[in-house]
Amino acid sequence: MSKKTLFDKVWDAHVVSTIENGPQILYIDKHLIHEVTSPQAFNELENRGIPVFRPNQIVATADHNTPTLNQDQPVRDALSRQQLEQLSVNCKKNNITLYELGHKYNGIVHVMAPELGVTQPGMTMVCGDSHTSTHGAFGTIAFGIGTSQVAQVFASQCLLLTKPKSLRVTVNGKLKNGVLPKDVILYIISKLGTNSGTGYFCEYAGNVFEEMSMEGRMTVCNMSIEMGARGGMIAPDETTFQYVKGRKFAPKGEDFEKKVAYWKTLPTDEGATFDMEYNFDAEDIEPMITYGTNPGMGIKISENIPVDENASFKKSLSYMDFEAGESLINKPINYVFIGSCTNSRIEDFRVAAQYIKGKKKADNVTAWLVPGSKQVEAQIIEEGLKTVFEDAGFELRQPGCSACLAMNDDKIPQGEYCVSTSNRNFEGRQGQGSRTILASPLVAAATAVEGKIIDISKQLN
Amino acid sequence: MEKFTTLQSKAIPLNIENVDTDQIIPARFLKATDRKGFGDNVFRDWRYHKDGTVNEDFILNDSKYSGSILVAGDNFGCGSSREHAAWAITDYGFKVVVSSFFADIFKGNALNNGLLPVQVSEQFLSDLFQQIESNPETELTVDLEAQTISIKASGLSEAFKIDAYKKTCLINGYDDIDYLLSKKAEIEAFEKQSM
Repeated sequence: MSKKTLFDKVWDAHVVSTIENGPQILYIDKHLIHEVTSPQAFNELENRGIPVFRPNQIVATADHNTPTLNQDQPVRDALSRQQLEQLSVNCKKNNITLYELGHKYNGIVHVMAPELGVTQPGMTMVCGDSHTSTHGAFGTIAFGIGTSQVAQVFASQCLLLTKPKSLRVTVNGKLKNGVLPKDVILYIISKLGTNSGTGYFCEYAGNVFEEMSMEGRMTVCNMSIEMGARGGMIAPDETTFQYVKGRKFAPKGEDFEKKVAYWKTLPTDEGATFDMEYNFDAEDIEPMITYGTNPGMGIKISENIPVDENASFKKSLSYMDFEAGESLINKPINYVFIGSCTNSRIEDFRVAAQYIKGKKKADNVTAWLVPGSKQVEAQIIEEGLKTVFEDAGFELRQPGCSACLAMNDDKIPQGEYCVSTSNRNFEGRQGQGSRTILASPLVAAATAVEGKIIDISKQLN
Repeated sequence: MEKFTTLQSKAIPLNIENVDTDQIIPARFLKATDRKGFGDNVFRDWRYHKDGTVNEDFILNDSKYSGSILVAGDNFGCGSSREHAAWAITDYGFKVVVSSFFADIFKGNALNNGLLPVQVSEQFLSDLFQQIESNPETELTVDLEAQTISIKASGLSEAFKIDAYKKTCLINGYDDIDYLLSKKAEIEAFEKQSM
């Protein structure tokens, strides 16, 4: 029998049929939806008189457009409120489970679904959001889709797709003190660029990922799309099984054991080949930071911004108001955001709290700490982290996508820098004219305390 | 979906690499619940200054250029999966986007909306920019049936690739939902067998 990759195994198990010289019909196990990319799909089905085919395989949440303050009160922005109401109406009409604003399971779609055990190894999952790649941390084929495809999945629970090529990124060795999963993925993207993964599905392999928690693996897979890959995957193992076990929608008892037996067959066969492979040494990774307007424009925090004559590169530096060749250390920073589907899980807040404990937030800094879900929020309180944050002058807000894409009121003002744990530093991503610097929760916490960028590796060692 | 066969038009040269979908349509305009009207805000923060005045330096505001073909730098449409980007570009009046590389999700979204992404070589793209910038009246012809893009005046031409299934869909104005619904029995059989 031919050797198969993790991706091959999951993909092949979901192919309904193949069109000659064309795409394949891929069956989708779970479909996650939110308020922003679903309304036009519901409209389309309604206009064409097509019913939702498998409503019980869809899970909905409100996240992109929700306020992070006063969630118990009506949403003030009229357009946002209408979009949220539309989601509720659509879900009710079509018998779809919705965890709406304020519900104890509400949260960012890529935080709440794994938390509830909706995400399981070996599944195919889609959502009208490019960071759906997050769920690949479980050994799941998960990827973002457009709204026309949301409508296709509503109508048929399937998508027409051409099988992507395979890519493996292996990182072996021992990570240095202060190097977090976010640094690992920012490092990989800085080495490979923002389109090296386009047309590929990526598997992350090596002891660095094997030793990571599920939270860390989710951070890594989340940013696969930032190197162009539709998705990223990590082989399921004991860490995965232990995370899934006992969660609300996880299989129970004998069912769970059966599933685990199947999940254990999923890792890539020894000797299976990939269309492309990259290998990195963990020791070369340091705390990372971005200086430009795409996530590939990253450097080690101790390095200087590179020099490049490319016009788009220069445009990017001009937007950021940085000089080629300069260091970012000691740059004053007035805004810090810890949150987003990349870094808003309990582990991220533990890292931040551990650093912040006993220190004070710098006076010049406005810091937004936004948990990924109601459950993360509850855990932050339960573990006493909220007190740590408040004692240091930080404010804990309510869950949602928040300043990652600034659809709600959480916008960084024009011209201001924000050290952010989110995933994109595109022009104006966090508000018109805002300048985003991507980093780990540790670097973000240190920036908030110091009021400027510091070389965290020096402080730790 | 509207049918697409051939198009002859002038083109607008957006000579910038890595244009992400946040630039094509910023998130604050994603609150609408229908597909129409996004063209008003396409490239909003490049077309207008923050105070709402027109940015004369941006190519879409340069009256020298017009046409329903957008020629853009490498890695066009990266970032967010928002289909609103494809809606905004078509709503503004473009029918074809030319680049040397497209991000996956954007490419799929474009095809699902009758917007043809034409991927050309880096050399051809650079020739295109050069010819359009030196003569904004340059006419391009995009022939989907023949899978070619050519510059009328100079006769320069290049073939482009497109998935055969998607080509049929565009030429006939079909979409994937029609096809998938016709396979309902097969899908149900798959569900039974994999339970």
